[in-house]
Amino acid sequence: MTLLPRFLPSGDTALTVELGNRIDRGLSTEVVRLGERIAKAAVAGAMAGVVETVPTFRSLLVHYDPRVTSSERLAAEIEALVDAPGENAEPTRLWRLPVCYEGELAPDLEEVALQADLSPAEVVGRHAAGRYHVYMLGFLPGFPYMGDVPEELQLPRRSTPRVRVPAGSVAIATSLTAIYTAENPGGWHLIGRTPPLSLFDPTREPPAVLRPGDQVAFDSVSRAEFDRLAVAAAKGELVPTSEPVP
Amino acid sequence: MTAALEIVQPALHTTVQDFGRFGYQALGVPVSGALDAVSLRLVNAVVGNDGTTAALELFYGGLTLAVAADSVRVAASAEIEVLGARSRVVPAWHSVRLERGEQLRVGATVAWCGYLAVGGGLALDPVLGSWSTTSRSALGGFEGRALRSGDLLPLVRDAADERPEVRLAEPPDLTPCERLRVVLGPQHQLFTTIAIEKFLSEPFQVSADADRMGMRLAGPDLEHREGHDIVSDGIVTGAIQVPGSGQPILLLADHQTTGGYPKIATVMSADLPAVGRLRPRDRLRFEAVSVAAAEAAARRLEDDLCRRAANVVAASPSIDETALRGGNLISGVVSGVES
Repeated sequence: MTLLPRFLPSGDTALTVELGNRIDRGLSTEVVRLGERIAKAAVAGAMAGVVETVPTFRSLLVHYDPRVTSSERLAAEIEALVDAPGENAEPTRLWRLPVCYEGELAPDLEEVALQADLSPAEVVGRHAAGRYHVYMLGFLPGFPYMGDVPEELQLPRRSTPRVRVPAGSVAIATSLTAIYTAENPGGWHLIGRTPPLSLFDPTREPPAVLRPGDQVAFDSVSRAEFDRLAVAAAKGELVPTSEPVP
Repeated sequence: MTAALEIVQPALHTTVQDFGRFGYQALGVPVSGALDAVSLRLVNAVVGNDGTTAALELFYGGLTLAVAADSVRVAASAEIEVLGARSRVVPAWHSVRLERGEQLRVGATVAWCGYLAVGGGLALDPVLGSWSTTSRSALGGFEGRALRSGDLLPLVRDAADERPEVRLAEPPDLTPCERLRVVLGPQHQLFTTIAIEKFLSEPFQVSADADRMGMRLAGPDLEHREGHDIVSDGIVTGAIQVPGSGQPILLLADHQTTGGYPKIATVMSADLPAVGRLRPRDRLRFEAVSVAAAEAAARRLEDDLCRRAANVVAASPSIDETALRGGNLISGVVSGVES
């Protein structure tokens, strides 16, 4: 790692390790790797008191138990980790997820097309052509913040958030795209829907399908195919799979 | 028949909570857990549970339960009124054995949230290693939600053994605390010098806009140096974020794991239980301490709690004979939640 970490106090139970200040794949990858290295060190017993780490766009929040360690000690240990030669990172996983960009499943598609000065088909083509990096999970359990969407599709959030966004909704806002993992209020533009993939299921370990650092590609499917997949999902026969990125 | 406690009348928001769900924040799963972990730990100690057992958290107002088990032993962080043939009042931090058909009422009259622990615990399945309820995501606790009238909470034990009742020799002081100690950061540098001065010198008031996710505070406007959006980062319980309005929000147990507003400071962990006891309109002030001082306070609190939890002594036998409250007590039950 070539980035110098900044340590920012988050009370006496967490330490923010900031590696930069922007949304950037390279930065995000460094954050995820630092999290993996801390987790490995903690499992090996080298970093007592680390409770868990939370990777976000440009920083890692390290939760710790002040009864066991201290912010000062942790910062020194993390600095030593940063300086140590890096071992092989885990291979990146690529997920291909089906999305139907049609009709009632894409309530904001026309509006997005209008604002982007494109046809709805062009919006779909551009969104589905992207290969997205999972920056972080947050907002809702399993909710992936992914990017970056093509510049011509980058719009601010809706001025009035929706009270009810259906689970599976594929949405865009600013440079990011996401999938609502549960029904919830939300302010992003809804341009498609995945069949019920159970991207978050607390009865599974790990409970979330996606994790920070993964890549996601969307396969545009017809409404008929969406309906077929929804039936398969209800029977538990639609399980997302990933392949390693070469 | 399964032993249970039946919810006759819940508090405004009654949930099952333990000390939180750790290990899944990277996946966007909130920690949740008791707002006042000190009270939870100590009520557990009174009924002989270990420190990790889940209990009922009463978020504002009173809770009335009916015993649907041969017997059950409970303790609460507030006074318990027992209703039935043998009406009596049990002080806070005292254990009491109740029998089938009896009802009990716990009123969170002092603190905003209160706790009721059951000897042996609740027969519920943990979700991701914890019994805590996160209502917004329907996780954990009892069906992932706040309790409603008619719910039957299954108990681990069919009956409570007959033994002398006990009490906490050193109950905690639950009077509202006006001074909260904070560690500045992680983004205090995004605020003007004047904003930091105001934050640390002027009083704030808890608004009515408060729930288990957070409480909005009313006070001086805290100005950002430039803009109020940051690239989203991780959030810890106790973080004080300041959106564009300049009015801070103190984030509590059910907060989202990440967020995009600058956080001016974080309430130190040893003062978080006191935050859980704040009520709307309560006044408070913030005082800055160093990270090292906050960590030392966390270790002192742990020592203090271990001592108090171990110091459980025989309750005075006269407690069970406490005079009936008669009419007032009955009308209190009928009217349900206190206004």
